[in-house]
Amino acid sequence: MNWEAAITLFGSVALIFFIGLTASRKETVGKSFVQDYYLGSRSLGGFVLAMTMTATYGSASSFIGGPGVAYNEGLGWVLLSVTQVATGYFTLMILGKKFAIVTRKYKATTLIDFLKERYQSKLVVLLSAVSIVVFLFSAMAAQWIGGGRLIESLTGLSYTSALFIFVVTVLIYVTFGGFRAVTLTDAIQGSIMFIGTLVLLIAVIIAGGGISEIMADLQAENPNLVTPFGSDGTLTAPYVSSYWILVGVGVVALPQIAVRAMSYKNTRSFHLALMIGTIVVGVIMLNMHLIGVFARPILPGIEIGDRVMPLIALEVLPSWLAGVVLAAPLAAIMSTVDSLLLIVSSTIVKDVYINYIKPEASRKKVQGMSMGITALLGILVFLMAVNPPDLIIWLNLFAIGGLEAAFIWPIVMGLYWDKGNKYGAIASMLVGIISYIVFQSFYPEPFGMHAVVTSILLALLAYVGFSLSMRQEPLKQ
Amino acid sequence: MNEKTSAEKDPRFKIANKEALIGIGLVLFNFIWWFAFAYGLGGKDPSEYTYVFGLPAWFFYSCVAGVVVMAILVFFVVKRFFTDVSFDDEVYEDQ
Repeated sequence: MNWEAAITLFGSVALIFFIGLTASRKETVGKSFVQDYYLGSRSLGGFVLAMTMTATYGSASSFIGGPGVAYNEGLGWVLLSVTQVATGYFTLMILGKKFAIVTRKYKATTLIDFLKERYQSKLVVLLSAVSIVVFLFSAMAAQWIGGGRLIESLTGLSYTSALFIFVVTVLIYVTFGGFRAVTLTDAIQGSIMFIGTLVLLIAVIIAGGGISEIMADLQAENPNLVTPFGSDGTLTAPYVSSYWILVGVGVVALPQIAVRAMSYKNTRSFHLALMIGTIVVGVIMLNMHLIGVFARPILPGIEIGDRVMPLIALEVLPSWLAGVVLAAPLAAIMSTVDSLLLIVSSTIVKDVYINYIKPEASRKKVQGMSMGITALLGILVFLMAVNPPDLIIWLNLFAIGGLEAAFIWPIVMGLYWDKGNKYGAIASMLVGIISYIVFQSFYPEPFGMHAVVTSILLALLAYVGFSLSMRQEPLKQ
Repeated sequence: MNEKTSAEKDPRFKIANKEALIGIGLVLFNFIWWFAFAYGLGGKDPSEYTYVFGLPAWFFYSCVAGVVVMAILVFFVVKRFFTDVSFDDEVYEDQ
């Protein structure tokens, strides 16, 4: 066990945790508990908004898995990853002011609130709730596994104890802090990620003897590593380009991102977030994946991709600094997990319980329920992450694309196309999810592209077709 | 269709729509920049690559310069074309 690294790593995590708790104590009086717990009373400033978007989006896959794949594939994978720069500005610009104005009108605090008011249909609400709970729950389990593995490979603790430490930290601050605590800690985590990847990148370049040296080493090993086509030439242009949809443009439809696009204070923060977000996402994605590629000549022969980040950090940095820098990926995982946790619990408490089971529940009751469900969910995910069932792994593969295929048109067309109605929304969600799962299982790369592209196109056809052919009755049902 | 949205044509929506279109324009530009440099310069045999700051030219222009250009472009576009609107007419009520 590397004590020095472990101490600074846990120190950073403890600091984040402390701030989360402090923030939650500043609970606002007089505002709706639901508004505050799940939305932070729509008070996010520009810097916090940009960072919370980045931190939520940059998950275990981009921070642990991503550099690992880049290590194996070379610069082609970095090319694929920078498509995520679009999330820095596109999501906010598309949802933008319209979403903020409309959700305020509707008094919506979740994505489902918005869909409910927009389409006035129980079926839309239930379909959305089920997709969110199933997909995000699975996505969450995978993140927790990632967090556990990171602590495990750094400290040498057993996987179960590593996971336990990770889970307890996340649970405590998410349960008591709610959205405000989460977004605040996101802001700190985002900053750690930003600075951490810069430091690590510079250290890796120095250790490798300069960029030219590293490139020459890579080319000597396998010339494909410096081409856009991946180590064995299989990353084709259509396939890599389709990531513009999966991890770029389509991110608009992820509930954990959408909820942030309704929680900012005013348009000044919104404008600031656009400018900061683009830089931060761009720099982090570029650096993180470049680190993976540059690590190859320095530490050849790493078998498990997920271990590239922790190992290279320990190799090129002094131990104490490696601990601080590794707090970055850990922070990324934590912030993804805690926002997913909040989304799933708000779906259950707000969108199902208050809407359909007990609309007149008292504030105190809702408060207790929210915290209880959040904690309960956390414990459930922990149990699954200790010994992950195959179903979870399988569903997680579908999580991001599935959510995008389900929600992109009901959200985007719902905002910008007045003729869109509940029939279109229902058809689009069903077609999107089902076609995505079918493609992924039987024909994963239609037209040489990621399956999400075809499913999103089919979902669009369904949305427009059903909206136009089935007129919704003019009165609310 | 829910009559609320179509009935009250909010003047702020015009601004919002314009800004969403700008977003689409930016992402298209971003994609073309990225694609043209990556596959235009990177499609050759690696032995013919030229290098900028030690990185292959295709990678430098497509990825490194691409991120810088987008950051500058977003900054410029937001400063120049984005309009402040007010959300103040909303009142929060406790349930």
